[in-house]
Amino acid sequence: MDKSVSSNNSQPFVQHDVIAPSRPPSNLVGPVAWIREHLFGGVFNTSATILIVLFLAWVLPPFLDFVLFDAVWTGLDREACIFNEAHPIVGACWAFIKDRFSFFNYGTYPIPERWRVDLFFVLLAISIIWLLKLSLPRRDLGAIYSFIILPVISYFLLIGSPALGLPIVTTNLWGGLLVTVVVSAVGIVVSLPLGILLALGRRSTMPAAQVFCIAFIEFVRGVPLITVLFMASVMLPLFVPREFEPDKLLRALVGVALFASAYMAEVVRAGLQALPKGQYEGAMALGLSYGQMMRLIILPQALKVTIPNIVSNYIGLFKDTTLVVIVGLFDFLRTIETARIDPIWAAPTVSPTGYVYAAIFYFIFCFAMSSYARTIEQRLSKADKR
Amino acid sequence: MVDPRLSDAPGSQPAKVSPWRDPRWRSYAFQAVLMGVIGFLVYEAFSNASENLKRQKIASGFGFWDTNSGFPISFSIQHYSEATSTYGDAFWVGMVNTLLVAAIGIVLATFLGFIVGVARLSKNVLVAFVARWYVEILRNLPLLLQLLFWYNAVLKALPGVKDSIRLPMNSFLNTRGLTTPRPIPEDGLGWVGLTLLLGLVLTIAVRIWARRRQESTGQLAPVGWISFALLVIIPSLAFVVAGKPLGFDVPQAGRFNIVGGLVFQPEFLALLFGLVLYTAAYIAEVVRAGIMAVSHGQTEAAYALGLQPNITSKLIVIPQAMRVIIPPLTSQYLNLTKNSSLAVFVGYPDLANVFTGTVLNQTGQAIEVVGITMLVYLSISLSTSFVMNWYNRRVALIER
Repeated sequence: MDKSVSSNNSQPFVQHDVIAPSRPPSNLVGPVAWIREHLFGGVFNTSATILIVLFLAWVLPPFLDFVLFDAVWTGLDREACIFNEAHPIVGACWAFIKDRFSFFNYGTYPIPERWRVDLFFVLLAISIIWLLKLSLPRRDLGAIYSFIILPVISYFLLIGSPALGLPIVTTNLWGGLLVTVVVSAVGIVVSLPLGILLALGRRSTMPAAQVFCIAFIEFVRGVPLITVLFMASVMLPLFVPREFEPDKLLRALVGVALFASAYMAEVVRAGLQALPKGQYEGAMALGLSYGQMMRLIILPQALKVTIPNIVSNYIGLFKDTTLVVIVGLFDFLRTIETARIDPIWAAPTVSPTGYVYAAIFYFIFCFAMSSYARTIEQRLSKADKR
Repeated sequence: MVDPRLSDAPGSQPAKVSPWRDPRWRSYAFQAVLMGVIGFLVYEAFSNASENLKRQKIASGFGFWDTNSGFPISFSIQHYSEATSTYGDAFWVGMVNTLLVAAIGIVLATFLGFIVGVARLSKNVLVAFVARWYVEILRNLPLLLQLLFWYNAVLKALPGVKDSIRLPMNSFLNTRGLTTPRPIPEDGLGWVGLTLLLGLVLTIAVRIWARRRQESTGQLAPVGWISFALLVIIPSLAFVVAGKPLGFDVPQAGRFNIVGGLVFQPEFLALLFGLVLYTAAYIAEVVRAGIMAVSHGQTEAAYALGLQPNITSKLIVIPQAMRVIIPPLTSQYLNLTKNSSLAVFVGYPDLANVFTGTVLNQTGQAIEVVGITMLVYLSISLSTSFVMNWYNRRVALIER
């Protein structure tokens, strides 16, 4: 209340000054109250808290001991990691990972040619950053680079071409991270356009296209990836003429790409269905042709809202690449499986170490992708809330 | 002036459009080309296949179905012997094994998934934290890695038979798997089962009656208590009255071996563990999304009407959340069933392992064997999605 006004007031019992609000009781605000409410509210809550603390105390220290404190960091063979008098407690055998690191990355790719794989990884990293970082300039050029230029360069770089002075490296020598990255990259690059085509076909008014697309999508989504890979591996060679018999990697690539496209088609279809009909009608009223309507009006909007789903589809694809083992490829997980049973490194903690390493590797990639999807989702919802 | 093309005057002809620009003709032409291309590819595939098969001297047709298989299967519920059984029998063993691991996995994953999903929304930060990282970690690791971890790093690393870990209820855990008492049905168990079945039918009837009565009169019936009595109390009484007709073959730990009991192999356990933990993480997300999809106004309105919190969640929140939860939940069930084909990697004899593995290797008839396997998974998927569509139509909100 304004002092100058209240001083003119002659009534003696009116309180002139505003009393500051008293602080809330200390058990309702502040850290203590927060802890009370969020950890110890009620019998059930309290017991859950205690149980979880006990569980973490039981699990975390041994895990940290294994991974960090008791771990063996240097060594050249199994001697470093077996139990003996010198070290009765042996944790993770990181020396094994260090020793086999290049095998996990390149498989049996010839050592003098491995710079080609490194160059491929660098080019791929450029393409990923260019596409995903929204603030970078000319991302349309980035798309052309990633979807057209990079695949061509990579093909000649990795397989080789005597005309360019790069010796041929047959795909049965490829392995490890290289195979995992190649299979997922091809799956990612092929499945988006193919999935869009299938989704458009499924929603088209032409019965022949519609029936074909529905049959393909439902068939592929109804069977496990393993059977699709089996089909690609044992049936594909039967279906093509003898002289075109595809090599193992190509068979797996065909299987993975077809499988991923069917899933991508459903993701894109959900995006198409989310668009209001007015967008289609508006585009048609402007006299745009079907191609123009899709390219300029429908797909940009439909794909935008469905980016988070596309990324989580890619996460699934990346995890699924581990199954290409079934057709005899040496992917990242398979190189670890091979290395961990190698007698040179036969020690009790080698297998768990290998799995922990694989887990960290896959977790970093998948978690990065899902975090990216979440960021995009937040951006989109912010745009909606405007 | 009226544009002559827009006038409706009698006798005016619709503007001539060349077939090249007519959308109808274009669509016919496009479809003809599409069918031509597909037909050509199918024809080429078949002619190449028959030529390749002839060259490799592989028989075709389903004659192998009734021939003796001659390979052992490490785990089967029904009778199967390597000497007398056929490839057809092997198929059924694989199929039953797939359905067995899928059925148990679905039940366990649902329980775990609902617990984790609700825990993620808990006000207790510690509970929410653990649930969140459970989901993040398990969803971001390939299932195959998890299966190999459970199989090679956990179950294969268990102590040998001599130093088995003793679990409660006379069970043993060792490198050969989990041994539990084997239930042995005795005379009279059929009657108990009959009571249970009768109780189930009566429960459904009571629920339908209670819902009709509530819809017409608004009165609530103690459905929960009646169901509990019909499904638990009466069958238990029948069990006691019939003289507890269930015995147990309790495993005995000898010096070198464990005798008797029911043995769950490490292959089965690893597959089940991996599938349940992995799928539960996805189910948890489905449940969380479902609960969050019920708008806050619904709960507030229910409180404003004076409903108690537990009645609110039973009558307002859960029915609306279930409508969102059930479709993605079913697709998680299907994923679990399809993922059970990863049994190949841990050696559990499921359909994919027995059929596309051993049978394919022995017969070499890739087209038939892979075709049959795909057909089985496909029919499971398609029949489930038909049921799902029917259910969705039933529970869908009826809009104006």
